[in-house]
Amino acid sequence: MNIPDNLKYAASHEWVRVDNGDVVTVGISDYAQLEMTELVYVELPEVGRTFKANDEVAVVESVKSASDIYTPVSGEIVEVNESLTDNPAKVNESPFDDGWLFKIRLSDPAELDALLDPDGYRAKISS
Amino acid sequence: MDDDLKQSPLHDEHLKLGARLVPFAGWQMPVQYEGIMPEHKAVRSSLGVFDISHMGQLFVRCATPDVACRWLDGLLTNNVAKLEPGDGQYTVLLNDRGGVIDDLIIYRENATDYFLVVNASKVDEDFAWMQAHLSNAEIAFTNQSSEFAAMAVQGPKAAESFVALFGADATLPARFCMGAITTDAGDVIICRTGYTGEDGYELFCPADMGPAWWRRCLDAGAAPTGLGARDSLRLEKCYPLNGNDLSPDHTPLEAGLGFAVDLNKSAFIGREVLVQQKADGLPQRLVALKQLGKSAPPRPGYAVFFGDLQVGTLCSGGVSPTLGFGVSLAYIPAGHNQIGTPLEVEIRGKRFPAEVVKKPFV
Repeated sequence: MNIPDNLKYAASHEWVRVDNGDVVTVGISDYAQLEMTELVYVELPEVGRTFKANDEVAVVESVKSASDIYTPVSGEIVEVNESLTDNPAKVNESPFDDGWLFKIRLSDPAELDALLDPDGYRAKISS
Repeated sequence: MDDDLKQSPLHDEHLKLGARLVPFAGWQMPVQYEGIMPEHKAVRSSLGVFDISHMGQLFVRCATPDVACRWLDGLLTNNVAKLEPGDGQYTVLLNDRGGVIDDLIIYRENATDYFLVVNASKVDEDFAWMQAHLSNAEIAFTNQSSEFAAMAVQGPKAAESFVALFGADATLPARFCMGAITTDAGDVIICRTGYTGEDGYELFCPADMGPAWWRRCLDAGAAPTGLGARDSLRLEKCYPLNGNDLSPDHTPLEAGLGFAVDLNKSAFIGREVLVQQKADGLPQRLVALKQLGKSAPPRPGYAVFFGDLQVGTLCSGGVSPTLGFGVSLAYIPAGHNQIGTPLEVEIRGKRFPAEVVKKPFV
C-alpha cells in the first residue's frame, strides 16, 4: 500500500497535495483505488464552482459500483483532470500522479491542518 | 465478517486466492479475484470457473412412470414431457398471477427422476411452493442443496478442459444435457449449461469433494472468476437475473422468456394469465437499452424517460466490458419499447441518451 509522505489525507480516502501558493491538488488514495477496483467512469466538478469542505464534488465508478468523492477542503475548482474522461483507469494506475482528480483554490488554508498526516492515514486504514 | 452468512464448501479456496468476498443471497461469495474486467475477458476468450455452490439442487423421484412428470408440468411453464432421459430445459415457476417465482433448469436424470437447479435466493421459496402443490405421496421431493458443491466452467476452451479433467474417453453431454460420471475422485454430475453465453458446463459433486474439483479446474486452465464477472457476462447476453429482471409482478412473456413457455400444455399455474396477456398484447416488455455517447454507467434503480414522461426503471445495468459502453435492462410499456426508440436514463439528476436495441448486446 503506497502512502506518500508528502501528502495530506482525508478519512474518506482523498489526498491533498500542496504545490505552491493557495492551489492544492486532490486525488484518491492507493487504498481507495484498490477498494474501488478498475474505474470505468469519472465524473468531475465544473471548473469555477465553489464547494465547502466535505461536499460531494465528483463520482468514480467501477463496473460494480459508484463512489462519491468529497473535497477535503473548501474553495473554487480551478482545474480538473480532463484526461480521465477517456482513460478513467489512470486513477488505478497512478493514483498519486497522472490520476489526480481536480485542483482547488483554498478559501481557508487552515483547513489543511485538520487533515491526516501519512501516519494518521495509515492508522486509519489499518484499523 | 457477517456471521449469519453461509459459506461455500470452496470458501477456503477463495481465501487462498485472495478473493474479495461479499454477501450474496444469504451467502458469503467471491465477487472477484484478479478483477472483474480480466475475469470477464478470460471467460469470453479462454476459460473461467465460478463457484456456484450457493445455487439450489432439488430432486424429484417417483417409482411410477409419468407421475413426477405430470406434477412438474402443472408447475413449470416449459414442457417437461418433452424431456428424454439426460435432457435439460430452461423453465419458469409461476405464482397464481402468472408472475415469476423463479427461473431454473430442470434435467431428466432417468426414466422417472428429475433434478432441478434453482437460484440461491429462491431455494426455500421454490421448495415450499412446490411442496405446497404436491398431493401425491408417491413422489419424493427433496432439497439437497447443502449436499453439493458446484462450479461452472465457462469459455471457448470448456470442451478442452473437460478432456483434461475426465480423460478423452469421457463423454461431454450435448448442449443443455446432463451426464453422471464416475471418477477416482467420486461421482459428479455434469450439465452442459451456463450463464455466460459461452460454451461450458456445470459440475456438481459432494460438498467435501468441492475443493479438489475446484483445484482441478484451475489446473485445467480455468481462471477463478467471481460473481462480478458472472453478472457482467450474463447482462451482455441479456440473461435475466431473478430479483433484478424477474419478479412476482412480471410474467415470463413480459420478461422475454416466451421461448420457455409452452401454452399448448393444457394446464400449469399461471397459464390463464399468460393466455390472456398474449390475446390482449403485452402491456410492457423487458427491453435492452444501450447508452449513446459518453455516459455515466447505467445502474439498477435509475429512472428511464421518454421526453418528460418516466416510462420505467432500470432492473440491471452496467458498463459492458466487451463493448465499453453502458447497457441495461428495463420494463418499458408498449408504445415506447420498439427497437430504435430513443429514451433517456437519469443519472444523478442528469439525463443521458439511450436507445432500445435488439437483444442480446453481445
